[in-house]
Amino acid sequence: MATILTPEEKEANALHPDLLLVEKVKAGDLSAFEQLMRQYDRQIFRIALHITQNREDAEDIVQDTFFKAFQKVHQFQGNSKFYTWLVRIAVNESLMRLRKRRSQKTVSMDDEIQTEEGSIPRDFADWMPNPEQNYNQAELADILRKTIKGLPPGFRTVFALRDIDGLSTEETAQALGLSVPAVKSRLLRARLQLRERLSRYFRVPTGEHAS
Amino acid sequence: MNCTEFLANLTDYFDAKTATALRTELEQHMAGCSHCHVTVDTTRQTIEVYRNDELFELPESIRTQLHQAVLTKCENLKRKKEPKS
Ligand SMILES: [Zn+2]
Repeated sequence: MATILTPEEKEANALHPDLLLVEKVKAGDLSAFEQLMRQYDRQIFRIALHITQNREDAEDIVQDTFFKAFQKVHQFQGNSKFYTWLVRIAVNESLMRLRKRRSQKTVSMDDEIQTEEGSIPRDFADWMPNPEQNYNQAELADILRKTIKGLPPGFRTVFALRDIDGLSTEETAQALGLSVPAVKSRLLRARLQLRERLSRYFRVPTGEHAS
Repeated sequence: MNCTEFLANLTDYFDAKTATALRTELEQHMAGCSHCHVTVDTTRQTIEVYRNDELFELPESIRTQLHQAVLTKCENLKRKKEPKS
């Protein structure tokens, strides 16, 4: 849905170098399109992978997202950043893949997540200093992947866009078709759940029984 | 301020979007509540550890392949749309 922009936002958008490339793409310039791909493919891949947790799917999603963007480039009106528009396509493609893979379950951004597990902090142990240094790179990657995989898709998507990709809360809301308060509440719960789960690996050993 | 109210404001606190008065209140609570102090500290570390880790890299060779595949599709689409000159 189009958002009404302030004159300042419009101006900031008008100066964005992507818009020049987009205009060229609208005129059929494929090298301009390739430039946009080079600029954003890695981010789109990362987002897709965070949502689907499947490398092959994520590669397909990168392809589908950019091809769709090319097909629909005339619909891009410049009332959001091009990248936010692209992310929105990628998120939709990713959710579609997820749905296909678990055809029995519906997956949507609007799914009300029932579980409160981890939303209320329970583990108050301090963490070791630089806890990630207690694991080698492969171990750490494994821990981080396993941990984020345990979150509902709607949560990890918000976390990936907002905290990893660095979109603002407003941009995240725009890309996901959610309200700002909804993004905020998901972000809080995603962060707290991740924290709770990572705590198992990173907490200062106390010699007490681990839960 | 109790812990629940503190948590409710955590997202804005991290985004540095809280008004000064509220910010002071939050910091006062944190100073007296070790639970919330640890929660803030470890949540910040959680965000950082994910942000710093290049978990999901896209290898250069695959990038090139993907670009090629997309460009071929776009090329075909363009050809279909444009009348032959
Ligand atoms: Zn507290």
